[in-house]
Amino acid sequence: MKKLSARRRHPLAALVVLLLALAATGGLYAAFAPAEKAQADTSAQSLAIDEGKKLFAVGCSSCHGLNGQGTSDGPSLVGVGSAAVDFQVGTGRMPAQQPGAQVPRKKVIYSQSEIDQLAAFVASLGPGPVVPKPEQYNPSTDPAKNAADISKGGELFRTNCAQCHNFAGQGGALTNGKYAPSLEGVDPKHIYEAMQTGPQNMPSFPDTTMPEEQKRQIVAFVRHTENDEPNPGGLTLGSLGPVTEGLFGWIFGLGVLIVVAIWVAAHTTKAKKS
Amino acid sequence: MSHDISDNSPQAHGASHGSEVAEHGNPFADPGLPAHLPRRTDIDERAAKRAERQVSLLFIVSMLATIGFIASYVIFPIDKIVYIFPLGHVSALNFALGMTLGVALFCIGAGAVHWARTLMSDHEIPAERHPIEADDEVRADVIEQFKTGAAESGFGRRKLLRNTLIGSMALVPLSGVVLLRDLGPLPEQKLLHTGWDKATPQNPIALINMNTNRPMKAEDIVQGSLTFAKPEGLEEDAPDFQQQIAKDALMLVRIAPGDLKDQQSAELGFDGILAYSKICTHVGCPISLYEQQTHHALCPCHQSTFDLADGARVIFGPAGHPLPQLKITTDEQGFLVATGDFDEPVGPSYWERPR
Amino acid sequence: MSTTSGTSTGATTPSSTRAKPASKWEAAADWTDGRLGIYSLAKANLRKIFPDHWSFMLGEICLYTFIIIILTGVYLTLFFKPSMAETVYTGSYVPLDGIRMSEAYASTMNISFEVRGGLLIRQIHHWAAIVFVAAMLVHMMRVFFTGAFRKPREINWLFGAGLLFLGMFDGFMGYSLPDDLLSGTGIRFMEGAILAVPIVGTYLEMFLYGGEFPGQDIVPRFFTIHVLLIPGIMLGLLVAHLILVFYHKHTQFAGPGRKEENVVGMPLMPVYMAKAGGFFFLVFGVIAAVSAIATVNPIWSYGPYRPDQVSTDAQPDWYMGFSEGLIRVMPGWEISVWGGHTLNLGVFIPLMVFPLVLAVIWLYPFLEAWVTGDKREHHIADRPRNAPVRTAFGAAWISLYLVLLIGGGNDLIATHLHLSINSITYFVRVSFFLLPVIVFIITKRWCLGLQRRDKEKVLHGRESGVIKRLPHGEFVEVHADLSQADKFTLTAHEQPQPIELPAEVDENGVARKVGRLAKARAKLSEGFFGDSGQIAKPTAEEHAEITSGHGHH
Repeated sequence: MKKLSARRRHPLAALVVLLLALAATGGLYAAFAPAEKAQADTSAQSLAIDEGKKLFAVGCSSCHGLNGQGTSDGPSLVGVGSAAVDFQVGTGRMPAQQPGAQVPRKKVIYSQSEIDQLAAFVASLGPGPVVPKPEQYNPSTDPAKNAADISKGGELFRTNCAQCHNFAGQGGALTNGKYAPSLEGVDPKHIYEAMQTGPQNMPSFPDTTMPEEQKRQIVAFVRHTENDEPNPGGLTLGSLGPVTEGLFGWIFGLGVLIVVAIWVAAHTTKAKKS
Repeated sequence: MSHDISDNSPQAHGASHGSEVAEHGNPFADPGLPAHLPRRTDIDERAAKRAERQVSLLFIVSMLATIGFIASYVIFPIDKIVYIFPLGHVSALNFALGMTLGVALFCIGAGAVHWARTLMSDHEIPAERHPIEADDEVRADVIEQFKTGAAESGFGRRKLLRNTLIGSMALVPLSGVVLLRDLGPLPEQKLLHTGWDKATPQNPIALINMNTNRPMKAEDIVQGSLTFAKPEGLEEDAPDFQQQIAKDALMLVRIAPGDLKDQQSAELGFDGILAYSKICTHVGCPISLYEQQTHHALCPCHQSTFDLADGARVIFGPAGHPLPQLKITTDEQGFLVATGDFDEPVGPSYWERPR
Repeated sequence: MSTTSGTSTGATTPSSTRAKPASKWEAAADWTDGRLGIYSLAKANLRKIFPDHWSFMLGEICLYTFIIIILTGVYLTLFFKPSMAETVYTGSYVPLDGIRMSEAYASTMNISFEVRGGLLIRQIHHWAAIVFVAAMLVHMMRVFFTGAFRKPREINWLFGAGLLFLGMFDGFMGYSLPDDLLSGTGIRFMEGAILAVPIVGTYLEMFLYGGEFPGQDIVPRFFTIHVLLIPGIMLGLLVAHLILVFYHKHTQFAGPGRKEENVVGMPLMPVYMAKAGGFFFLVFGVIAAVSAIATVNPIWSYGPYRPDQVSTDAQPDWYMGFSEGLIRVMPGWEISVWGGHTLNLGVFIPLMVFPLVLAVIWLYPFLEAWVTGDKREHHIADRPRNAPVRTAFGAAWISLYLVLLIGGGNDLIATHLHLSINSITYFVRVSFFLLPVIVFIITKRWCLGLQRRDKEKVLHGRESGVIKRLPHGEFVEVHADLSQADKFTLTAHEQPQPIELPAEVDENGVARKVGRLAKARAKLSEGFFGDSGQIAKPTAEEHAEITSGHGHH
């Protein structure tokens, strides 16, 4: 260190610094030059972040703080990643309306581009799960591969998801009024993001323990169950198991039979006395 | 066969309406069976003909429905799915077979009942009841007969004979009970241990991720995540897989150090990663409804709730004791391993379970 | 008739003393009678009288669904493989392709997706079972509330109770056979319940499952019990039940011409042959249509059983729902007894209360018989209002049963009514003790109110809805006098008087010992039939006074 500080005053020092600076600039330029578009992207990205920040200040900051640092009303968003924002705002859960056991899914009030801007801003606060690309959650175009995905996804679903969301993704009760929501009509992207980020009380299933491919398989199974799976036996009765079956059996089984029994046992109408 | 058979005299029934009251003009006396009133079909031959046609029509519909059943069986492939409002996308075969069978059967029944209701006589007929009890004469006779038979057998007199017979009859069913012994093995120590008991500090057993079938490193388990694991070496195609996984299944969570309430439980874990038995201590359902913010795990079967941040203490529901926790650490490559069995038996409690 | 033909066959003459049969049919009947004695049998039964009332057909629903279950069950055994051997699925149901499962599950998948009509028969079998147990319960309630369990029918009441109990367990074992994720969870529950039995629990578990859960034996063993053992016993009980129904003749409601000593209705041949026979087809038709319309037990959606997997909404079929409620709302009590032994009261108490809930209603008839001391036969069915204590007891029991059903379905009630599962559980815990008491009091008072109204109607007539203005300006509603038939019907019921304890001191001045049991009995009797237990029927004198005094007639 001493040597370095002694040479700082060397006549050639300025030249060395200049050369180093030039080399660094050139190197940096070389590193970024091939991605001219990326630069444009970066600027678009920073524009999105700026827009997102404005939206955030209006819609989110009262609970999460101006810089997403969190307040007593809402958790910190540093490090939750863009996937969390896309899920929470994209399913209408955020902005939350009222306190309760759980924030429900409701009407989405931001457009997708606004959601992307918000996501970009929150992602800029700290690294976190990124919004998945369509190829990460879309079903395989190869039918045989897709069929295999569905069956593998079903097995994964029964191990990881069915305990809360029910065997057919109809949702179920948790403690003290909380619940696992139904997966019916949920965008595959949002299902994927929920597994990535673990919204509210749902645990997360990060790529380290559930690889991307398996998440895609689970999404394939859920999509198949919700959209493509026929109900060969007739009405599914909500796919809720024996409780609704029992109700149906009492009302439309025994109930109808009792009506029939009333007809069988009733006296036939008498003709008017003539 | 007509109403005139019936006892039309005003006679009351019941304790407080003795016949002597009836004779003194009881205002609530029994007026007797009402006179039979004819139905349309009894007096109008056209109505009767119409009813006959209706009944036959029902039988004909039934025949057609049976033909329809056979036709459906032949026509519809088993995997044919059709949309039927409001049922949804249902199996054409199941729906067609069920409806035709239903109609075929229902119309036979409806025809028969309609026939009975419109065309068969609807005169109400009283039939006498007779007391179930035998009269005293029969009773005395039977008891006498029985006594004679009993005396002739010597059953009461020859005590030795009687007692040995009772003894042999009492013993002989024991053969049947003994034969049941081989229904299953004795409990012995089976319920005390799980597949993790082969692990020792020298030869630890790796925790295998249920999803990837691979061992995990500590950094793979992030806060708020939920992972299920089984012991290394237990493969799905093993003949005793079901039996083993019924005891060995693990649930891994990672809880922030500040949230951990139980020091002992924290020490059994590794860096905030806790490995609990997935088998509920109530009646053995795989408990895994984990709420990552409250750290509560709920059982879907009977709602026992455990606080995983507090040594899986029971905070609600019918479970009687906390979920057993497996001591875990990492090996030299950084993989999560167990160095021994659970410190207590997993699953529901039982009489011999140490407490 | 048969005796004459019997003696004649022993004679050396080849010809019978019986008249020559008029047709081939008669000849065939004669031939059969000579061997089976059918004429004597038919003489008593061919024109057997059955009273008409819809509630008397509930038992027939049970009988017919039982027959449907046996018919479809036999068909299912032709395809079902009761084996827990592992196999890999290769059938046509894509979402399970390549998944490991037991032969039992795979063969049920095969019945549902490869056997034409197999799914329909499976659904008929299951729907019929659901309706079967429901109909048994409603049938039992009908018998209970009308007092049709009284002498001479107590034993038949117990046969019916046995059928209901066995029906519940046979249903449980039946839906456990496919070895799907839902029913496997039920079998796992059963393991825990058996382990909770003190002292012998672990032995019972090892013997039943052939080792540790789940083992390889439970499905084949359940299969034998489900298709052979229990249905065999049920068939025996059912035949005995029906024989007694025939032997006792049916009860009937009070009405003109209907007395304890007779039964008024239509004859078996032809009316009830057509009605009851037709009703079988109606029941079968309705169940078949229900099975075409609605899915039951979609095992393909549940997936095969694995002990480390589970789906929420893990409930048994409805008839086990009240026991599920008991289990769910029980606090987690676990105690240490006898030096380190564990007693899992959290499971064991519900396990013991479960049969108790049913035993309470099954033993009530014997309590009532003891309290009334009534040794007579009863063939006139009570109107529920005329037996307020019995009716209130039955209603209280139903409320208990329903509250336990709510407990058993607490998670679905929570999600669908946006309630907390914990609050529902606390509610059920309190209601279990409180609600039956409240319902008992309300029902009893309700019955008394209805009795008062009946009395009012008998004495003052029915409100006709016609308003009349009297000369001095007062408006009155004209009451129409009841018909004689209605008056009789409304006053036909008996009103027992409470039993009285013998005096403390007998006629010789010696203190008499009155046992505690006798005192309790007198107290109960007072509750049943005292002033608070029934409204005295109108008497002839009251009627005379009113009809002669003033009348809006």
